[in-house]
Amino acid sequence: MKRSVPLAIVMVGGILFMIQYFIPHQHSQTLFEYYTEWAPIVGAFALVLGVGSLTRLHSHKIKRKAKNWQYSYAVLIPLYSIPFFALVMPQSLGGGMMQTMGGDRLTMGVFDFAYMNIQVPIQATMFSLLAFYIASAAFRAFRAKSALATVLLLSAVIVMLGQVPIGELLGKWFPKVGLWILRYPNLGAKRAISLGVGFGVLATQLKIIFGVERNWLGGAGE
Amino acid sequence: MTETIGLWVGAIFTIGIYSFLYKENPLYRLAEHLVVGISTGFGIAITYTQVLRPKLIEPLANGEQGAWLLLIPAILGLLYITRFFPSVGWLSRYPMAFLMGAGMGVGFPLSMKSLVLRQLEASLTPLYETGMAWDIVLGNIVLVLGTLAALIYFFFSKPHKGPFFGTGSKIGIWVIMVGFGATFGFTVMGRISLLIGRIQFLLGDWLHIIK
Repeated sequence: MKRSVPLAIVMVGGILFMIQYFIPHQHSQTLFEYYTEWAPIVGAFALVLGVGSLTRLHSHKIKRKAKNWQYSYAVLIPLYSIPFFALVMPQSLGGGMMQTMGGDRLTMGVFDFAYMNIQVPIQATMFSLLAFYIASAAFRAFRAKSALATVLLLSAVIVMLGQVPIGELLGKWFPKVGLWILRYPNLGAKRAISLGVGFGVLATQLKIIFGVERNWLGGAGE
Repeated sequence: MTETIGLWVGAIFTIGIYSFLYKENPLYRLAEHLVVGISTGFGIAITYTQVLRPKLIEPLANGEQGAWLLLIPAILGLLYITRFFPSVGWLSRYPMAFLMGAGMGVGFPLSMKSLVLRQLEASLTPLYETGMAWDIVLGNIVLVLGTLAALIYFFFSKPHKGPFFGTGSKIGIWVIMVGFGATFGFTVMGRISLLIGRIQFLLGDWLHIIK
């Protein structure tokens, strides 16, 4: 019951839905429709698990007054207040965008305010922070110590210069060569990697379906 | 007024994140904790309004025909919560088994199609056609042979020796290096444009130093 039944569900479900793809029949289609309806519902409940774990972790931190416990409030307060405001003021649930209705701009709700003025700036800044780290990493990695490292350096420099106006000023061929590198050798390498990933994904899927790979079972109730 | 407060809040958090370049500090820690809280809260709101309410609660509440069947995924989903109770935690494997099994089954032909067959199909391109520019012909040759060579490089079941595997893997690593360089350059440009966006926000929208 604890391990065999879930493994059997995976095997039966996996084989059934794999075969279903190749059978263009009404029943097969109905089966797939059930899956597309049910899977998001089942998946949505997994969020309860995540939110529960996050709440437990941070409430324990606050209770024990662990190191930096004050910041746990910065997780817990928006964690519960954002959904509350989103449900109390559902008009502000537009992915953070201000909505227009009948020519009037709707008042910015707390949900929108937090999304547009805290979430968006912080996330964009965090991603842009990588520009600094990537630059320092490039300084270490891009030293032309060997022929292969030189190729890596040249390719990156041409692609970068090909995308900025200064590149065109330095040489009219920069944008063209940059685009050519992106379209052909880069695509060739990416395609080979994609094929490798594809075969890996297929092998893993088969391993899970046939119960060879069982890590997903975890250790609960062992 | 709300917009001004919003600008200041955004600017303070932007500076807070950049302050990490010097060293970790309370403002950065506050910002990173807020991101976790807000994005998870956003996830809850979206999941409820886009999934649970229209797909489960409303059909059940309205007594739609066959809606009782939705109780099956609802009960399966609720079994996830048993994970919090060690004695019955194993029950949480049932919803996982449903999602894993069906997901793997549905995903297998789709992965085969998108990650393997479509890639192979796209690689089978004519190297030359009448009126084709020389750079495209060269590009097609590099693309087809490059893909093959890079695949040889990733094939570890045979030693990389001899004219086919040896030469193929050597060409493969060159193609991969060009690809990595190009990807790196492309990523850097993406991050730089984000950085420019943030600086424009700080100096333009917030401080009005630039227009």
